[in-house]
Amino acid sequence: MKFIDEYRNTEAINHLTRQIAKLVTRPWSIMEVCGGQTHAIMRFGIDRILPETITLLHGPGCPVCVTPLELIDTAIELAGNKDIIFCSFGDMLRVPGSVKDLLSVKAEGGDVRICYSPLDALKIAIANKSKQVVFFAVGFETTAPANGMAVYQAAKLGIENFSILSAQVLIPPAIELLLSSPQNKIDGFLAPGHVCTVTGYHHYEPIAQKYHAPIVVTGFEPVDILQGIYQVIAQLEQGRAIVENAYARVVQRDGNPQAQKIINDVFTVVDRKWRGFGMIKQSGYSLSERYQIYDAGNRFKLSDKVVEESTECISGLILQGLKKPMECPAFGIRCTPEKPLGATMVSSEGACAAYYRYKNAE
Amino acid sequence: MCLAVPGKIISIESDDPIMRTGRVDFSGVVREINLAYVPEAQIGEYVIVHAGFALNIVDEEEAQKILESLAEISELDEETEA
Repeated sequence: MKFIDEYRNTEAINHLTRQIAKLVTRPWSIMEVCGGQTHAIMRFGIDRILPETITLLHGPGCPVCVTPLELIDTAIELAGNKDIIFCSFGDMLRVPGSVKDLLSVKAEGGDVRICYSPLDALKIAIANKSKQVVFFAVGFETTAPANGMAVYQAAKLGIENFSILSAQVLIPPAIELLLSSPQNKIDGFLAPGHVCTVTGYHHYEPIAQKYHAPIVVTGFEPVDILQGIYQVIAQLEQGRAIVENAYARVVQRDGNPQAQKIINDVFTVVDRKWRGFGMIKQSGYSLSERYQIYDAGNRFKLSDKVVEESTECISGLILQGLKKPMECPAFGIRCTPEKPLGATMVSSEGACAAYYRYKNAE
Repeated sequence: MCLAVPGKIISIESDDPIMRTGRVDFSGVVREINLAYVPEAQIGEYVIVHAGFALNIVDEEEAQKILESLAEISELDEETEA
């Protein structure tokens, strides 16, 4: 496949690895924010080919992981309602709520459907006028143009039986929270390439400057990730801290203006709770005032949710780069992808699930 | 979750600014993709696609740059190591 195979080329990977080894003179900790990058690092064994002095920390960039338990419970409550067709991306179906997951609601007869795009949910609403259709709008900035357009089109076409349960989260406030922590161990960041395709990367420039931490916009193939690491290390070794773009084939500084226009119209920035972190100020999207009628939380009477997280789970510390999955006594024993205790094991892009899948065999 | 994959536009069906759609080929798997966010995209171009939406056109020139710089340095590597 063009634009994929050439970025998995062994020669290029070996070359970049040698360059990084030549460059590094002291220990550095780099966090990849995006769960897709965590997954790729584990899958291609990138952490194993780097010099031992470089530590890769795995950040909070998996929206499936950080969706709070009470929101999963709300999704499960909606999906169990006989008047509702509940639509979701496939990776939310196995995330356990307090009692069960969406897949078991489906097995019990609930109308739960997997959608590739939120527009598929809109089509289901058009075809099922006697039912309410709710889309579980999970995602980072990458997914906001898709979720936003579904709501925008619903309003434009007058589709009244469609609504979304918004769990949209934003990356820069989470990075800033990590860097401002007194316990911070992160020297530099790989910024999430596809988030930046939408938003651009100028939002990261004040953060890099304020905390003197290099941030390099990075793609998802092995060559992309190593190029990102190389540029972060080069900056760290030279004492520089700016934002650089190592994924210029799909990211521009100002992002995608058409997508931002829809996002700014449909959504408004709000405080949001992240699983494993707690409340982060101005870190999520809710529907803007004009589109409030498409908010499933307003449309349906929902019960108050009180949830209890496992006390044994250390995902909060893992998401902050303070602990590694292997340091958790429950890892792989009482906590597995089949029976996860918390955020970082619930999705294949979570750090614990990626370690479980690719490192357990070692 | 933020997985986005490159695919080649093989047809453009509607030119309505919001509903603009096209068929995109991902190594043989063809899907209908919303092209509203890439109004200037043409048939034959590659776009990066997430959740049914093209988020940007893949810039071939930029794609080549990194690969070429790697190839050049690789050659230098071999010369110095030889």
